[in-house]
Formats: sequence, C-alpha cells, structure tokens
Amino acid sequence: MSFTLDRVARSFLLAELASGMWLTLKTMFKPRATINYPYEKSPLSPRFKGEHGLRRYPNGEERCIACKLCEAICPALAITIEAEPREDGSRRTTRYDIDMTKCIYCGMCEEACPVDAIVEGPNLEFATETREELIYNKERLLDNGDRWEAALSKRLELDAPYR
Amino acid sequence: MAKVTVDGIEVEVPNGATVLQACEAAGKEIPRFCYHERLSVAGNCRMCLVEVEKAPKPVASCAYPVADGMVVKTDSPMVRNARRGVMEFLLINHPLDCPICDQGGECDLQDQAVAYGMDKGRYAEAKRAVKDKYVGPLIKTIMNRCIHCTRCVRFASEVAGVPEMGATGRGEAMEIGTYVEKALTTELSGNLIDICPVGALTSRPYAFTSRPWELRKTDSIDVQDATGTNIRIDNRGPEVLRIVPRINDDVNEEWMADRGRFSFDGLKKQRLDRPWLRVDGKLRPASWADAFRALAARIRAAAPDRVGAIAGDLVDAESVFALKSLMHAIGSRNLDCRQDGAAIDATRRDFWLFNSTIAGIEEADALLIVGGDPRREAPVINARIRKRHVLGRFPIGRIGAAGVDLTYPHQHLGEGPAALRAMADGTHPFAEAFRAAKKPMVIVSRSALARPDGLHVLAAAWQVAASANALRPNWHGFNVLHQFGGQVGALELGFLPGREGKDIGAMLGGGVDVLWLLGADGIEPGAIAPSTFVIYQGHHGDRGAARADLILPGAAYTEKDATYVNTEGRAQRAWLAVHAPGEAREDWRIIRAAGEGLGIRLPFDDLAQLRARMSEAAPVLGGGFARRGCEDMAGPAGDPAAMSDAPFARGITQYHLADAIARASDVMAECARTYGEAPALAAAE
Repeated sequence: MSFTLDRVARSFLLAELASGMWLTLKTMFKPRATINYPYEKSPLSPRFKGEHGLRRYPNGEERCIACKLCEAICPALAITIEAEPREDGSRRTTRYDIDMTKCIYCGMCEEACPVDAIVEGPNLEFATETREELIYNKERLLDNGDRWEAALSKRLELDAPYR
Repeated sequence: MAKVTVDGIEVEVPNGATVLQACEAAGKEIPRFCYHERLSVAGNCRMCLVEVEKAPKPVASCAYPVADGMVVKTDSPMVRNARRGVMEFLLINHPLDCPICDQGGECDLQDQAVAYGMDKGRYAEAKRAVKDKYVGPLIKTIMNRCIHCTRCVRFASEVAGVPEMGATGRGEAMEIGTYVEKALTTELSGNLIDICPVGALTSRPYAFTSRPWELRKTDSIDVQDATGTNIRIDNRGPEVLRIVPRINDDVNEEWMADRGRFSFDGLKKQRLDRPWLRVDGKLRPASWADAFRALAARIRAAAPDRVGAIAGDLVDAESVFALKSLMHAIGSRNLDCRQDGAAIDATRRDFWLFNSTIAGIEEADALLIVGGDPRREAPVINARIRKRHVLGRFPIGRIGAAGVDLTYPHQHLGEGPAALRAMADGTHPFAEAFRAAKKPMVIVSRSALARPDGLHVLAAAWQVAASANALRPNWHGFNVLHQFGGQVGALELGFLPGREGKDIGAMLGGGVDVLWLLGADGIEPGAIAPSTFVIYQGHHGDRGAARADLILPGAAYTEKDATYVNTEGRAQRAWLAVHAPGEAREDWRIIRAAGEGLGIRLPFDDLAQLRARMSEAAPVLGGGFARRGCEDMAGPAGDPAAMSDAPFARGITQYHLADAIARASDVMAECARTYGEAPALAAAE
C-alpha cells in the first residue's frame, strides 16, 4: 500500500525530471570531455602507430636495404618487396608496397627493421575515397617519410630510452 | 669397431672414424663450418669442439680419431663455453651485415651464432676489411664475410679438380681468392655457393632477388645433361628464381653443373607462348583451334608413310610416348630421336646405357674414355671419375681430341679409331693395364657414335670391354655417356624408325611431307627439305622454330610433371614448379588434342592413365632402378674393321651454349664470353 502511494506521489511531484535537470545543471559547470575535431586534436603518444613512411638518412640516401624482414614479419601480409642490386651495387628495393587496407597497424614492421627505415608515424588522417589510393608504393612512402621526418625522429628519440 | 659413449649413448663406429662421426651416429648435432663430408678434413674453424674424458682440453671432433672406450660429452659446460668463445672469435671480423646478405635465412653462421653463441658482442674495435675478389661471372664474393673455413679451396682442388683457389697471408691478413685474378675454369663453380657456410660466396645472378623463406620449393630433375641431377626448383609466383641440387648419392651426390643451375633465366626469354602458323611465308599468331585445324589438314593430306616425327634432347618421356602413340595411330613408322645422328643399336638396352652406373665408377679400377669430353658433357659424372682417381690406382686412357683437360691426369691414346682398334687387339701399350684390371670401364661418348661409322665404333668399344673381361654377370663395364636428359627416355620408349620406317636422314631429305619436331633444336634449319611442312612443338624459339611452318608452344622442364631417364637408365620424376607462359601447354596434352583434331582418340585422358600405359610399354619408366650385369656377351651389330680413320670429335665444345634453354640465357651468354666460347647462333624468330 505504502509502496503504491510513494510511486504516485513521486510521479506527481516530477521527482525524476527534477533529478535529471539537476544532473544537467551540474554537468554544465564541469569542463568539457569532447574536443572540436578537426580544429582541435587530442595529444598522441610517441608510440602511436599511424600512417607508414620510409625514412632517409640525413644525406638523402634511403635507409631501406631490402632485407625483407618487415615483409616476413607482417602478420597481415600487407607488405610486398622486390629487390635487385642498384647501379652502385648496393642492395635496394625496386618495389615497396604496403596495402593499407590489409595493414592492422601492429607496428611489427618497424620493430623488425634493422635500420629504422619503415616507421609508423603520427598521422592518422589518410582516409581516401577509393581503395586504390590506399595501396601505397615506395614513392608515396618515401614522400611520407620526408614530410613527417621531424615528427618521426622526435618520436624515435622519445621512445629510445625504453628500447 | 670402436665403442664410444656419447652423452651416455653407446655407439659403435669403425676404427679410424672421427669423434664427430661418432657423435652423429649417436644423433648428437655438432656445429661445424670447415668440416664437410665430401671434402678432406681441415680442422681450422674449431667450432666442433667437444669434451673427451681424460683429455686436458676440448678437442676438435672433426679431426680427432675415435678410440675404444672413449667417453665424449657434447653438451657439458666446458663445451658450451668453448663454442661460445670460438663463435665470439669468428664474429670478431665478420661484418654482421645479415640484413643485406643473400645468405641471410639459410646461413650456417647465423644459425649457429643463435644456437651456440653469446647473446651480446663484446667487440667494439675496428673490424678488418678485405677487397672483394673476382672469381667469375657466376659467383659474387663479399670477402669481408669470409671466416676462412677453406671449404671452397678444398672443393676447387679436390672435387672440381681446378686448384685455382687458395689462401694468401696468415692470421688477420689471410685472404681467400684466386692467386691471379681470373674466372674459375670449372663447370661446377655453382657448388661453391652451396658449400660456403657464410655469405662470402653467393650467386651473382640471384643477388638480392629474394629470401629463402619466400620461395616455394619443388623437386625436379635437371635435363640439361644426361646425369639426371636431382634438383630443387625455387620459385616465387610465376618466376623460377634459383635451382639448387638435392642430395642423391647414387647420382649427383650433392653437386650440380653450372649450365643446369644458372641457365634458367633462359626460361623467361625467347619463349613460344602462343601457336604460330606460317601464312604466305611469314609466321603469324594463331589460335589453338586454327593450329589444330591446319595440322589436321596437313596430316590428312599426306600419306601415312609421308608423316614423320623427330624427338629432341630435352623432351620428357610422357610427351615422347604420346607422340609415338599418335604416330602409330596415324599409321606412320617414321620416328627418330637421334637428331645428332648417333648410331645406336637399339636391340638391347645395355648397348646404349651407362651400365656400370654412376656410383659404380667408384668401384672401377681402370677406365677408357672413347671420344667426346666428359667434363663438358656431364661435369658431375666427370667429378665422380675424378673422385675415383683421387683414391688412387686408377689408370685412365682416353681416345679423342688432343689437349682436353679432364681435371685429372690421363693417358692420351690417340685421336681416332686406330687407337680404339689397337685397344681391341691388345696391341696398344695401355691395353695391358686395362686388361689387368678387375673392373675395367669403357665410356663411349655419344658424340663418338654420331658419325657415319658410329655403329662400328660402338661395336669396337664393346669389343674392347669384352677383351678386358668387363662384361660379366656381376660387372658391366660398357657405358654410353649421353649428353642431354631427354635422349635416353626416348630410346627407352623406342622412338626409332619402325619396320620400313624412315630414319632422320631420310626424313630430312624430303622423305616426308609433314615433319613433327618435338623439341628438336639440333637440326640446322636449312637441312630440312623446303617442301616439307614442319610442325615444331617446343618451348623456345630456337633453331627448330625458325624453320617451322606451325609452332605449338609446349612447356619447359620446370613447367610440367614429367619423367626423365638419365644415362644410366634411371627413371626419375620431376614435378611442376611454375606454369607455362601464355597459351603454352604441357606437351602430352597438346599431342592428345592434336589427335582429337585428326579424329584419333589416344587411350589416355590424364597423366595417370598415360603413365600406366607408358610403363606397360617400357617397364623401366614406372620407376625402380637396379644395377644390372652383362648377361649376353654378344656385341652390337657393326664391324670394328670398317671404322674410318677420322678422329673423334670433341663433343660439346660450347659448354655454356649447348641447349636451347642455355642459348636463350643471358647468364650463359656472359659465361660464354668470359670463357671464350664462340657466340651463339643468331637468335631465331
């Protein structure tokens, strides 16, 4: 009996609405949890694994030596490499493709790389309109490496103490 | 026998065996670099150290003879420490450039450093640097990586028989190389790549192309000489990337000749990848349907005895059998498989087989080589002969062209049949030594039979063997050495003129209206009568295709499941590694489809049925091989007295350009330039 009375009184006094409004009021004075993406961005860990790039040495020579360890370790089989001796006799890739639609961004490729050539950078905004654009070739990857070099070397430097 | 205890396991090994062999008998793995079963013991890498009870320090097991009651420990703290130390020393001057090394992934040093070495290096000082040497167009050297095991030096001087490699300097200044810069003059140089335990000697054509884990491996048989070398074809996708030997002690041990190993790049060039039909004097691309229609029209128009077929040197037994069945169904007996014109008495198998067997060479105690040049015709068999020579007391005589270096000393008996006749009479001084032998061997090169009096040469050689008592039920000393992997298979299947059939000379001279060349590239295009309609079925645009009026694109030996018979008569099976390019098909399928166009249904629909029929026709092709003695002393038809006085030819003179695949290969062309062989024929259409 008293249970029913209680429920009826509660609904007539709009107790639920009042408590809801109270929560709204409280939240109004709290700092915001969301950000105004893409004008604002959240901070990224130096270990963030984003879009790939192939780095160069400071003298402009590409780092990749076509050892194919990244290709071997890649669990998604996203990397394809072909190699042959360059004119000067050094071992270089003639083809370095990453299928970004296959890639699972695990970062094993950069772990395997003996010369820090293939790296995953901080860029995560590389959505495209077609699948074809997501199949990266060597040129594209070297270009990425050049574009992000400052950020890439910084993140390697920050992560170095833990390796 | 000596009783040895290895890690508590008791094994019995023969006296004089090494501790390493005892450990292997006990199933213990001993790391090693310089030790190789088929080379002499050097004992310089020190990796095989084990502890022997009562010995004051670790002993190098590869060079330490066993004694009765010896107790060996292969995994004690002392051994582990010693190995770790040796490995550290080996790695001091090793560049550790595994990521760019072609040996990476299949490197003894890499594997053993992981298994027996330390996890960290302590050496931070400068490493030595050595200039790379030039040792020929096939081998790339990176001498920084050399650990001075001297396997290559021992291989060159012991197995290949060309003592051109060696070490100069001592200690840190030691360098391996040819003393004077030159290309190694051996047909077995590719084996240096296999025996080098590190990446110091690697394959030049294969440089940087792939990693071992990317390759799909297929067992196969080398057809580019008649040894029947067991090989493994490594491919990635549709491309053959390298060919390496498999171990078969009865055939090739673990060696392989350079032409078989390095000429596969010819499989990508000059290929026939679609049917071609000659219209108004010019070859034009055609469809398979057009090709079969033209073929059927031509064969129907010709009388059955005006149709002929010639089988080439690299053909597989299956396609030969299919073509023979088709020809019989048409009603033609004009078959021949001897495009070099070799006179072969086909009445008995032992008239054209290497009866002593390749492994049997090691039992022989005297040898007579008649004609040719085994070093160029079958380098691996030549290495076996050399192996027997190294064991000692093995007089070798040779009749043939003067000035041939066989890598072992031999007595040159004469250039022509006169010497052979003298050997048969017993008037030649060498005959005495030859007849005194218990297991004498006569090796007749196929090139010595490829002359007008070839049958008489064959009879004379048989007579020499008979006169030396080499034809016994327990030892057959008469041997014919063929030149290519398809030749014996065609003989086994009797691809020879039938009753009233025309032989190759009659067929070429206008005896047939339609001539089917199954991979026959040994015929000069001009030798075929102009009125003959020539069907060429094969894989390369070489001499045969240049003359053809109709080209049926077939598969090369890497591209089909096939059976090949080596010069001993040993049938061996090869498996498909990659698919034939373009519209090319397996040869037996082409022949069967061509028969369908003629309204002839050959009695097999798949490979299994074909093989069943084939082994009915020639049981030896069903597999199984046994060495046979000589049951019948009666020799081949032929009269030794009728031999002409023309000297025997050299056989294969252009080793690197001896077959259609090699002639299309850039690597072989480079070798031919390096070794001063005349350039190949102008490439055919």
